[in-house]
Amino acid sequence: MSALENLPDIDNGLLRFLTCGSVDDGKSTLIGRLLFDTKTILADTLNAIEKTSAKRGMSAVDLSLLTDGLQAEREQGITIDVAYRYFSTGRRKYIIADAPGHEQYTRNMVTAASTANLAIILIDARKGVLTQTRRHSYLASLVGIPHLLVAVNKMDLVDYDQAVFERIKAEYLAFAARLGIKDVRFIPISALEGDMIVDRGERLAWYDGPTLLDILENAPAAHTEQAEDFRFPVQFVCRPQDSANPELHDYRGFMGRVESGEIAVGDAVTVLPSGASSRVRKIELGGESLPRAIHEQSVTLLLEDEIDISRGDLIVKSAEAPEPVKQIDATVCWLSETPLSPARTYLVRHTTREVKAKLAKIDYRLDVNTLEQEATNGLAMNDIARVTLKLAQPIVADRYADNRATGAFIIIDESTNNTVGAGMIG
Amino acid sequence: MSTLTKQTLSHLDWLEAEAIHILREVAGQCANPVLLFSGGKDSICLLRLAEKAFRPGRFPFPLMHIDTGHNYKEVTDFRDKRAAELGERLIVRSVEDSMARGTVVLKHAGESRNKHQSVTLLEAIEEFGFDACIGGARRDEEKARAKERIMSFRDEFGQWDPKNQRPELWNLYNARSHKGENIRAFPISNWTELDVWQYIQREQLELPSIYFAHVRPVVRKSGLLQPVTELTPAKDGDVVEDVLVRFRTVGDITCTAPVESDADTVEKILAETATTTITERGATRMDDQTSEASMEQRKKEGYF
Repeated sequence: MSALENLPDIDNGLLRFLTCGSVDDGKSTLIGRLLFDTKTILADTLNAIEKTSAKRGMSAVDLSLLTDGLQAEREQGITIDVAYRYFSTGRRKYIIADAPGHEQYTRNMVTAASTANLAIILIDARKGVLTQTRRHSYLASLVGIPHLLVAVNKMDLVDYDQAVFERIKAEYLAFAARLGIKDVRFIPISALEGDMIVDRGERLAWYDGPTLLDILENAPAAHTEQAEDFRFPVQFVCRPQDSANPELHDYRGFMGRVESGEIAVGDAVTVLPSGASSRVRKIELGGESLPRAIHEQSVTLLLEDEIDISRGDLIVKSAEAPEPVKQIDATVCWLSETPLSPARTYLVRHTTREVKAKLAKIDYRLDVNTLEQEATNGLAMNDIARVTLKLAQPIVADRYADNRATGAFIIIDESTNNTVGAGMIG
Repeated sequence: MSTLTKQTLSHLDWLEAEAIHILREVAGQCANPVLLFSGGKDSICLLRLAEKAFRPGRFPFPLMHIDTGHNYKEVTDFRDKRAAELGERLIVRSVEDSMARGTVVLKHAGESRNKHQSVTLLEAIEEFGFDACIGGARRDEEKARAKERIMSFRDEFGQWDPKNQRPELWNLYNARSHKGENIRAFPISNWTELDVWQYIQREQLELPSIYFAHVRPVVRKSGLLQPVTELTPAKDGDVVEDVLVRFRTVGDITCTAPVESDADTVEKILAETATTTITERGATRMDDQTSEASMEQRKKEGYF
């Protein structure tokens, strides 16, 4: 697993994943184990947490100290905020989003899940499927994480008994079916002993599937394996007219990131919401011309015709153009300590566009533990609800289930400029 | 989970695309941003990313360096040369000017000026009315930084409130601020030290010479190699040795230590970085070791 031996081979992309579970489930131990067994924790870091653990009178090294970065977290022994951790195996780079399991859980988990393509859901083998397991799974599916990996941890405390694992698996599958979760895998592990994380160990011989790290190494890096429509929100328009180079006088480059799909030189495109059409003349990246650009690439598009395009516009393939809308139905997670005020106007940021928005109605609030729908007039922090919003200007959106980039938005309170809500259209 | 089928970007291409996207968001959302360029390796990567994000146009922001007056000459010379090559405007503001104004008061003449950069930075932000500062900080550097947003809000005193950060979802960054407040934007948040070196190799980026192995007089003290310079002369009883060293980070002379190394090429540094057993700041920064929370404390006061 030495990164050095494999240096030239790091080309299996990057996987962002989320770990869900409370400290009691061994989440920090699992992260610590992954970092330790892939030789990511360096000697001085280990040294520092050994010292702190000893100072607090603990007999073993507390691996949660690796992820609790803030003074207040260390003082109170709790995790306050999402932390990001990095490791690389030589084959692939990983970004772990570690969300805390306390009262602000929904807000933090939705935040961490929004950029993840895989979630590891930890279950304590002694306790089985709990309310919080259901909540984690529901939130992961709500935010559209395509792959779930249920890790039944602490197998060492149930004598590595296969029957325990099978019982938990059956119990989980029964409720996962109700959530519509499709891709879910199960693995028995002991994060403490290191069984089936990076090394197989000898005590889980009855399990013949891949190790946890093998699953991560081979999980698809793309958010979806389906072909998606091309979506290119314009971030910035490059017009270097003042340049001494006369060739650049007519240069108009539309800069942005391919949020989904792909585009090639010659493709017919439409600019929304105006509806003007043209063809792609050139695709540039750092002074080089590319024949095509794929999902997640940041490029500059040059078109054959002179069209008025500015930040906030969306370039799509003409054959795949969605309709602009002035009202959206969405599932919203409220993130702010200040409750939603139904009378107020908020700002919605959708792709690179900002529009003013007002609440039209709240259909219901969802209890994330029981999944029951409740009537409500307002939203407080951590609430998840189905709402309808009226917009001052049209936006060009897709259903979140069809397109994560053009189906998502955030809600901003203009008085504080805080991000107060997150929404998924559809 | 099926096998890998859909074409995806290599990890370095992905990180590059993310950083370009962040830089363009700053340019699109903020009226008057600035890019902090020290001549160090992370901000050298930022400049290449800015070229990829905005060329053939000019950068939609000037470059700025907060100079403690205690920087290695190789680094400040490199800083000036790189800015001139790019044809971009470089602003330099000096901690020594803040000392002359009386806004920075040292406890004693030998005190490290590193943490006082915050004062000069805030003064420069006010002088130019910057609403966003783009910096090369990475989340893997330090545990307080692991919790920082890509677009991180600072109040009118330049303070970071770690317990009251804006939630950051998808790639929908919120860089809004009111007058007097500002945003610190970190395009390479998700990069590690190894990623930075791989990018330097791939892009064939030029670096100041002190990043590569060279012989330098040092004193071994509390596990670090302290360079012997005019600013940091050897004290009585110190044993001065000539050692083959390189710098993993370049900062204020008084608080940045080199590591023993014979790596005199990017390839050799990459090999060392992949197998090192000590973190970047752990091996080199005297200022981070005063307490477990010293970086967090400095950040709350306006530091990067």
